[in-house]
Amino acid sequence: MKNKERMSNLLIYTILSVLSVIWIFPIAWLVMQSFRKEGGAFTSYIIPKQWTLDNYIKLFTDTRLFNFPRWFMNTLFVAVCTCIITTIIVLLTSYAFSRLRFKMRKPLMNIILVLGMFPGFMAMIAIYHILKAFGLVQSLTSLILVYSGGAAMGYYIAKGFFDTIPKAIDEAALIDGATKNQVFWKITLPMSKPIIVYTVLTSFIAPWLDFIFVSVIMKDNYSSYTVALGLFQMISRENITQYFTQFCAGAVIIAIPITILFITMQKYYVGGVTAGGAKG
Amino acid sequence: MEVKSTFNKIFSLFVYEIKNFFINFIKGDLITKTSYFVMGFGSLARKQYVKGLFFLLIQVLYIIFMVSSGGYYLSMLKTLGINTQGEVWDEKAQIFRVQQGDNSMLLLLFGVSAILVTIVLIGFYFWQVKIAIRNERLIKEGKKLPTFKQDYRDMFDKNFHITILLVPVVLTVLFTVVPLIFMILIAFTNFDKNHQPPGNLFTWVGLSNFQNIFGGNALWSSTFARLFVWTIIWAVFATFLNYFLGMLLAIIINKKGIKLKKMWRTIFVTTIAVPQFVSLMLMAKLLHDQGALNVLLKNLGLVSDFIPFLSDPFLAKVTIIIVNLWVGIPYTMLITSGVLLNIPEDIYEASKLDGASPRQQFFYITLPYMLHVTTPYLITQFVGNINNFNVIYLLTGGGPLSLNLYQAGETDLLVTWLYKLTVNEQNYSLASTIGIIIFIVVSVVSLIVYNNTSAVKQEDDFS
Repeated sequence: MKNKERMSNLLIYTILSVLSVIWIFPIAWLVMQSFRKEGGAFTSYIIPKQWTLDNYIKLFTDTRLFNFPRWFMNTLFVAVCTCIITTIIVLLTSYAFSRLRFKMRKPLMNIILVLGMFPGFMAMIAIYHILKAFGLVQSLTSLILVYSGGAAMGYYIAKGFFDTIPKAIDEAALIDGATKNQVFWKITLPMSKPIIVYTVLTSFIAPWLDFIFVSVIMKDNYSSYTVALGLFQMISRENITQYFTQFCAGAVIIAIPITILFITMQKYYVGGVTAGGAKG
Repeated sequence: MEVKSTFNKIFSLFVYEIKNFFINFIKGDLITKTSYFVMGFGSLARKQYVKGLFFLLIQVLYIIFMVSSGGYYLSMLKTLGINTQGEVWDEKAQIFRVQQGDNSMLLLLFGVSAILVTIVLIGFYFWQVKIAIRNERLIKEGKKLPTFKQDYRDMFDKNFHITILLVPVVLTVLFTVVPLIFMILIAFTNFDKNHQPPGNLFTWVGLSNFQNIFGGNALWSSTFARLFVWTIIWAVFATFLNYFLGMLLAIIINKKGIKLKKMWRTIFVTTIAVPQFVSLMLMAKLLHDQGALNVLLKNLGLVSDFIPFLSDPFLAKVTIIIVNLWVGIPYTMLITSGVLLNIPEDIYEASKLDGASPRQQFFYITLPYMLHVTTPYLITQFVGNINNFNVIYLLTGGGPLSLNLYQAGETDLLVTWLYKLTVNEQNYSLASTIGIIIFIVVSVVSLIVYNNTSAVKQEDDFS
């Protein structure tokens, strides 16, 4: 019996190790390519023959064709604005749906559910035309509006969190004469640090990852590109041979902070997805 | 069902309000009656100046808007423009004059906005009528009317939900509701390459886009049918294969006696954090006909010719599903391992005493429990996969191309087809039609599953 157990554990370790290699390999390869000195898109060997930091340095200094520093600042600006607007909207919406009771609560929640079933890209086309009518296309402002305009629809996760705070606390404060406004600022928010952090981080990360809405809005306005769309240009057919290693370097630069954030925040992510899903 | 009851609720509320609206007009005094025509009068005449002026201002602004431009846009909704841009013969002056022409798209957009503004006005109108009626009643009962100060205080207490939902609702209406209404309407027009404003007009064509997709246009309908089938196949595989394999991974990591649980989990979770456009682009380059994997296999002498991972119609589909496993399994692993830990340990102990094998334990304890808890997650995943843009767009771009399909490749999903139709073809009407069909499919699937799920049925008991 003991032996059988050990055999099965050994088997599991083997499976896990093989799987780990499969999952880690592309990422390790990406990191190694970013330090590769030899040019060209691909090499027929895996580990670079010569290592260098040039790819990273060039990324920030060589701005002739690809203005990475500019894109980086664009993205940072958009991300900060989006993050502030989104966080406020998400917290307000989810608080209202979770803690307040009013006639239109369920209908509003159902309307949002239905709206969410349309393909997001469909609305995007119309938003482009609307922004164009107002002369806002190809600007960073329009990008911020696009990213934070739909924020209320993503209230599920924060609502799931607010649902877990005992109602009795609110009620006690209301009996003591506090207004609902005071309850929100002085009681609920201080207890909600995890979900605030989670909302801030996820909304901050989103603009770094999106390449599709950006490309619809910015078209060929290179100077307003964000990092994701810029990197995307680096590996187009004409540029990949010359810029592939720089692309890898850029990808690593974005991926490292996101990875760290995600690993530290995964607890909230799981809690949000499961709680937010089960309680509509 | 929830959605049905929502509509019932809204409808009965509507009937009730309309009935009261007329009854109160007959019963009300002169001030109340006047407020049916002059907004805010019911407050102004009773010394609630701020409120009264606010409503009056809204009415004045609305009238100005309608007279200056709103009325024009509403009237143009019927035709979406009649004057084509170009030169027009001027009889009087005997010369050709350049005519600006109507812009169908702007007419539609502003027409929709004018309707929306009207709806908002109607909302305010009914609100102020209600206030007028309530004021009259309060005076009759000898009570004091709420002062401005009191109303202000209510904004942060009794009516706090209105205060905090105002901005979110306005933004959602502007950036989701209006665009969606606009796009839904586009599906009933002929807005395509040959009808591009401002040079050309487009106009209403009724249901002909839908007719074309369902048989009217042979190429469109065969393309739609093929992409639809592939979209469903893809969504089923991508959802359930990921789900079961991810759960299996979570189970073996959670198994008693396995060490370094946290390390294993972190390894897989790391891959989630790498931006998809990076990891999927890399995969696409790796699996390319002359990509790294083919070069490696050739150098090792395992294959004589390259393997068309992404360029053979069938193999490309298989590759996409497998690569998606790489993307998706860590997610499911992460989600399910949390839920797995919640299953009470004693159930397993008891079943073990009864002689249940690990396999039986999985099928009779773990799986039912997991399905019960994660059905909503599965629905969102399924819906997400029907609309999964990234994986297809980044891996194959919809390719390999095929002449049998209209503006689409063999691995295109409906949603990437929609994208191509707008970006490459500018066939907005067809794209919107597809969008509506995707919406119908998605909502029907979700409704059916939600209706038959115990996890959702019990939801009301919890809250």
